[in-house]
Amino acid sequence: MTGSEENADTGAAAGRGGTALRVDDLAVVGHPSEVEIISGVSLTLERGHILGLVGESGSGKTTLGLSLLAHCKRATEVSHGTIEVSGNALTGLGEKEVRRLRGRAVAYIPQSPASALNPALRLRTQLTEALHEWDEQERGPRADRVREVLREVALPDDDAFLARYPHQLSGGQQQRVAIAMAFAGYPDVIVMDEPTTGLDVTTQAHVLQTIRSMTRDYGTAGVYISHDMAVVADLADDIAVMYKGEVVERGAAARVLAEPEHPYTRRLLRAVPLLRTEGHPEPEELPEAPVLELSGVQAGYGRTIVLRDIDLEVRRGECVALLGESGSGKTTLSRSVAGLHTQFSGGMVFDGEVLARSSYRRTPEQRRRVQYIFQNPYEALNPRKRVRELILAPYTHLAGKPKDPDAVVARALERAALPASYAARYPEQLSGGERQRVSIARAISTSPDLLICDEITSALDVSVQAEIVELLRNLQDGGMALLFVTHNIALVSNIAQKVAVLNKGEIVEHGHVGEVMARPRHGYTRALIADTPDFELSLPPSDADLQAPEAAGQ
Amino acid sequence: MLRLILYRLFYGLLTLFVVSLVVFAATQALPSDPAQAILGREAADPARLAALREQLNLDQPLALQYWSWLSGVAVLDFGTSLSGGMPVSELLGPRVQASLTLMLVTAVIAAPIAMAIGAFAALRRDRRFDHTSSMATLVLAAVPEFAVGIAGILLLSTGGLKLLPAVYAGSSTEVLANPDQLVLPVLTLAIAVSPPIIRMMRASMIEVLESEYVQQARLKGLPERTVIWRHAAPNAIGPVAQVIALQLGWLAGGVVAIEFLFNFPGIGKALMDAIEARNLPVIQAVALLIAAVYVLVNLIADVVGLAANPKVRVSSR
Amino acid sequence: MSTADTASGAAPAAPVRRPGLLRTAWRFHRTKIGVVLAGAVLLVAAAGPFLSPFSPTEGAGMPNSASAAGTLFGTDEVGRDVFSRFLHGGYTLVTIAVASALAGVAAGAVFGIVAGYLRNWADELIMRTNDMLLAFPQLVLALLLLSILGPKVWLIVAIIALSHANRVARVTREATLKVVEQDFVKSAEAIGVPRWRIMAAEILPNITSPLLVELGLRITYSVGTIATLSFLGMGLQPPQADWGLMINEGRTAITIQPWAVVLPVTAVAVLTIGANLITDGLSRASIGIDRGVEK
Repeated sequence: MTGSEENADTGAAAGRGGTALRVDDLAVVGHPSEVEIISGVSLTLERGHILGLVGESGSGKTTLGLSLLAHCKRATEVSHGTIEVSGNALTGLGEKEVRRLRGRAVAYIPQSPASALNPALRLRTQLTEALHEWDEQERGPRADRVREVLREVALPDDDAFLARYPHQLSGGQQQRVAIAMAFAGYPDVIVMDEPTTGLDVTTQAHVLQTIRSMTRDYGTAGVYISHDMAVVADLADDIAVMYKGEVVERGAAARVLAEPEHPYTRRLLRAVPLLRTEGHPEPEELPEAPVLELSGVQAGYGRTIVLRDIDLEVRRGECVALLGESGSGKTTLSRSVAGLHTQFSGGMVFDGEVLARSSYRRTPEQRRRVQYIFQNPYEALNPRKRVRELILAPYTHLAGKPKDPDAVVARALERAALPASYAARYPEQLSGGERQRVSIARAISTSPDLLICDEITSALDVSVQAEIVELLRNLQDGGMALLFVTHNIALVSNIAQKVAVLNKGEIVEHGHVGEVMARPRHGYTRALIADTPDFELSLPPSDADLQAPEAAGQ
Repeated sequence: MLRLILYRLFYGLLTLFVVSLVVFAATQALPSDPAQAILGREAADPARLAALREQLNLDQPLALQYWSWLSGVAVLDFGTSLSGGMPVSELLGPRVQASLTLMLVTAVIAAPIAMAIGAFAALRRDRRFDHTSSMATLVLAAVPEFAVGIAGILLLSTGGLKLLPAVYAGSSTEVLANPDQLVLPVLTLAIAVSPPIIRMMRASMIEVLESEYVQQARLKGLPERTVIWRHAAPNAIGPVAQVIALQLGWLAGGVVAIEFLFNFPGIGKALMDAIEARNLPVIQAVALLIAAVYVLVNLIADVVGLAANPKVRVSSR
Repeated sequence: MSTADTASGAAPAAPVRRPGLLRTAWRFHRTKIGVVLAGAVLLVAAAGPFLSPFSPTEGAGMPNSASAAGTLFGTDEVGRDVFSRFLHGGYTLVTIAVASALAGVAAGAVFGIVAGYLRNWADELIMRTNDMLLAFPQLVLALLLLSILGPKVWLIVAIIALSHANRVARVTREATLKVVEQDFVKSAEAIGVPRWRIMAAEILPNITSPLLVELGLRITYSVGTIATLSFLGMGLQPPQADWGLMINEGRTAITIQPWAVVLPVTAVAVLTIGANLITDGLSRASIGIDRGVEK
């Protein structure tokens, strides 16, 4: 109690030094299974430092983050260990005491401010609430503090802005409001749960900059939860790596990045796609005509035009990346090629023949040769069918009844690096990465010439993402042409030979990957590259450069 | 916002127009002709048949018949009752009032109590109160309302406690003058309308309580009182308003069986009497009235729902 | 849940599938209670006619006597045996209720899937027609048509099925919309699988749970509505033995001969409660099964 008050008084001027957060041997169990969701977690954090808490989905990082605020989700509880904030124990307190500490000893910045801000309350109400333990006599009116903190996160502080509802703000503004709300009460520790997920890289860069300067100015200790090693490497002073509910490695950021001790950390680091690479080796420029040729394509929904003047070529054995942020029209373009979006005009030629707009108007042969893989593997497979049927039904529809159906399924699974025994499984019996492999197996079973991949790794953890990318490279070496749609500029370097940068419906830059990355010509591409955290692997590429252990086994 | 309301209003009127077509067409769907059907066995008398045909405008073309009926309806002139020769509107006026009073009393009592039970069950999720109320709503939602009414009569009136009168014996003009006679009908209707409101309130409240913004409010360190009343409740009520409206609309039709059971002189009883007497103009008028209440209540619910949602309210800037 | 562990080398034993809807529903106590309650009433309705001491229409003693000699529950207002009429009176009610619920759910499912999947003029037409129908309280529509066309069994089934169909269509459409948004439907479209086959093979299997829940709910409501119609004198007609009609006939003499009302009311109430408990068990189970995205 006293500790937090002292700190608050000297808040803005607080320098470094002093332990802000100490977690000792913490465990959280879930009921009724009594499984430990996190166990044996110990952490310490200095004032003014940021701890990057890294882990993949299901590693328990959010559970740990919430327990730092003495909050446990439904049917879970802290079963063991202690949490101290500025010398005050947080565990074992009554409801009232915990409430008093929240917001001024520890504050929380949520993952998605769009759902964490109350849609029915004005910003003024929600921001003022954060100052519930505020002493107006001593520190001046709450309203003044609200305006001050809004200015600090570079938001307007006028009445009109305060009278707004959350839905009237952009995603970046909402996240700044959440940051302002957390910093308003001068907390000692701030827990940030993937606060930049869902923001585009430019906004992400701004939000990270705000977080960095706020923690420094306030002398607040930050716990930054993320799955993105590149962001954490950029931001954190210390890093803790979580795996299956335990902290497997922690230390100074520079040390963890340069000399990781735990094999899982090494795997995680290797899986991060590097922003600057030499590009995928170019195949010799083949003289043949492109497999897919788009000229002057314009597409839209109703009267809204989302794509203008798109010219694009994809050749055999070549991977063209279509890079763009959300709303750039990249998915519309890929769906137009697949025959799923029909409101477009312009030339679309596949292997010398014009492609009809709707897939239903295309010849069976064209449908067989153009295949599409979807973003979310959890939605792309019919949950009521077995893998065997998922692969065979489209095959039969496109290529006729096979003589040996089992061989077809087995071969498709093999090419997607899955065991043949998976044919008997239902999608719910597969992990996310395995589901995406089944999607790939389904798409390549009919030996297509063009594979359209729509953000196919964005729903997967980084280590799984690396495996899928490896798989796609192998397919490409077999002569397939790839149209790889992504928002992740770092992925582009790792898979594509050519890249087309899509901004607000237009291709602003187009060329070989190595060249675009090294010498971007368009301002948008330059900003995109500058805003992306530049992760450099300082590990020696020991076991088989970028390959994940699994991919090496095929 | 205004455009949306106007659109709903227009749509409500269109619905009523179609309903009037259906009601009118139903009388045309008679195997013979309405006059014959009305008279039944007495149709053998050609003179009476002809007189009735003229009274019903049956010798005019169909479109004209519909038009003259509809233009009457527009000024609340539903024609003349076939038994007694009274204008239908005069006959139904006090009945409508009586039914509306019954519905209003039910709504005013049932809606707040149901919402309170639902919200409380959500706050006590998976504890005894929640289980009990969940079981009770399941049971009560299933049983047809007339059976609930009969159970009420057997328990409180004739069989068990003999506390209350089994049927309504007052007039249709002074409904509130005999509160003891109203208890059973109101209780029955309240039991019939409440379960969906309770269940929706509970579900909606639980969803809101599990939402990230309520979690965030708790993590901000707000007292539980503020969390529930300022952050949770306002967001939970929106979907419930719709259900309440649906239930009130249902009441418009649900009163029929209850009024019949308790002999309550409202439109439901009027409908059953008219059916027995094959009194077509009254049947048409009551069907149309009930549909109108239904459409109106839904319209109000839509407007309230729109007004309660800040996204709709302020997004038209 | 990392792939790295599973895809290398020989596949380990497949994770266990979640149990199906019916098995999950059976785990809830309420489902078991519901099955017992509804089962008991159905047994009475089905076996009753073979066990009754008297014919449902013959006289057995003095009218309206609660303790006429040779009868278990006395006689009704014209002197027929109440118990025998009770044993005969459930069969028609149950058959009509189940038939109209089945017809309504089938028609509603077809309309709902077509509207939800095609999203074109057919959707507009079906849903607007639906809204119009919804503006008519089910009971009033039934009374209007039955009073004019006469209370015939096929007409009752048709009207109840129709009013079920538009409510089921609404639910089915919502469920269909959720499925249609998922990419496996788009995946079938991209390779040109015919629309009808997408509806039958991709969508329908994924909405069986809400449909089953609807069926339970519709049977519950069917029993209630048909009993109410008979109670109002607009359903089955005398001298037929029918629970709803028995209540109508017996209610005036409720003080001197309560059995003529108590028996059928109890049967109707227990049947609907049982059906609703089963329905609730199904819907609880289906919430667990049909979560679309699981992360």
